[in-house]
Amino acid sequence: MSTATPVTRLTVARAVAWRSIHNFLTNPAFFFPAILFPLFFFVSFAGGLAAIGDVPGFDFPSGYTAFQFVFVLLQSAAFGGVFTGFAMARDFETGFGRRYMLAAGRRSGIVLGYALAAIFRSFLTWAILTAVALVAGMEVGGSAGEIVALYALAVLVNVAATMWAAGVALRVRSIQGGPLMQFPVFLILFLAPVYVPLDLLSGWIHTVASINPVTALLEAGRGFISGDPVLVAAAFAIGLALSVLFALWARGGLRSAEAAG
Amino acid sequence: MNPGLRTQVTQLARRSALRTMRQPAQIVPALVFPMFLLAVNAGGLKDATNLPGFPTDSYLTFILAVPFIQGALFSVMNSGTDLARDIETGFLNRLALTPLRGFALLSGLLAGAFLLGVVQAIVYLAVGLIAGAELAAGPAGVLVILALSVSITVAFGTIGLFAALRFGSGEAVQGLFPVFFVFLFLSAMALPLDLLTTDWFHTIASINPITYLLEAFRSLLIEGWNIGDLALGFAIAAAIFVLGMAAATSALKTRLVRT
Repeated sequence: MSTATPVTRLTVARAVAWRSIHNFLTNPAFFFPAILFPLFFFVSFAGGLAAIGDVPGFDFPSGYTAFQFVFVLLQSAAFGGVFTGFAMARDFETGFGRRYMLAAGRRSGIVLGYALAAIFRSFLTWAILTAVALVAGMEVGGSAGEIVALYALAVLVNVAATMWAAGVALRVRSIQGGPLMQFPVFLILFLAPVYVPLDLLSGWIHTVASINPVTALLEAGRGFISGDPVLVAAAFAIGLALSVLFALWARGGLRSAEAAG
Repeated sequence: MNPGLRTQVTQLARRSALRTMRQPAQIVPALVFPMFLLAVNAGGLKDATNLPGFPTDSYLTFILAVPFIQGALFSVMNSGTDLARDIETGFLNRLALTPLRGFALLSGLLAGAFLLGVVQAIVYLAVGLIAGAELAAGPAGVLVILALSVSITVAFGTIGLFAALRFGSGEAVQGLFPVFFVFLFLSAMALPLDLLTTDWFHTIASINPITYLLEAFRSLLIEGWNIGDLALGFAIAAAIFVLGMAAATSALKTRLVRT
């Protein structure tokens, strides 16, 4: 008499993550944009805007390359989550998602699997991005612990973005939901102090950036890389709160997908 | 142009223009996305005007050139996606059974890009001027900006046609969007060429034609009338158009043989 292995949430997550990672690594159309996008942003911001570091009042100790590196790192974390949402939407559009739903004993494992895949692809992107930044002469003033904290912050951003995109993908269940996943993330990222510190912004953009939660994440990240941590508790609290909030949003999406059959 | 050819071009142009105007999903992002980036960049990079040698004290005026190029990039997507859909749905095969000439097909398909180019240019310029940008060339400069914008939009549209005919897939055409964005990012988009202090970036931006398209717009916005910059901008647009049409014509022949 054979004994069946109980299908736990982790078993489901592992299977979904493996397939998602396999698709990512073996399909150049998914792999290259995910790697190249952050690199191009980094190159164009750090290279093309280097003179901004000479603007009066710009006194970031690690220089403009490190200043932009943090933005691109967090941006790639967020878009890693969004691109995973695209994959989820595509799976549901083609019917594969429905097969997941039929096969999975614990369906929350499906979302967890996509989230694990998102973290994997982000780590790959960050490894390449970090290598390029260091080769380009990025100055790192932070300690090893502070750099680990920077990447931990990026993981929280990645989780929050994945959960946001998953919530949309599970409700829309079509790649046509792509702009809905992408645009709000793009919007909130670029309404933060992207090019100069908050103090150098003025007018409406300063007002918006001051209440934008991404600002605290960016300032904390820039503090870590320069060895002068600021807003650490606030940034981690925001990262955790966004992750929990959007996890609930994704759970609602899962219920919606279940109800749709 | 003989009457038969004129009829063919007119019919296809009418179809292309109507199709563009009936798809808000094509028009809205092409208008909203560049305006959003204009607002963010104008606010976030305002202090760049404090750099010694910056050509104007209004960053909004400087960065207003960028939406015109971004709008042209949308033209690659729109014209290419429309033609790719015709290929995917078999409409192009049906056209191939008619005596329609390749030139008529390609010219007609660019009517949508032309129309969108006009709408985009009017909206971008109006928003920019209302927000406080300057136009040193005066009222006559408005017409030249419109002409330049439409020329570039149509020229980029030919690249979309080529991509659609070459790959036959809307997804492949969409995949080109980031590639063209790279050209924009690796240009003198955010700072003047002289203020690009990173050597390798300065070199790339110097050989990137997008830099000179931006400078043509900026000459009208910031300087007034700089015939050299304007001539270079129009010449680059013409060169892209000629190369794009030649490539698209060749790809059309190949595709019609294939089908």
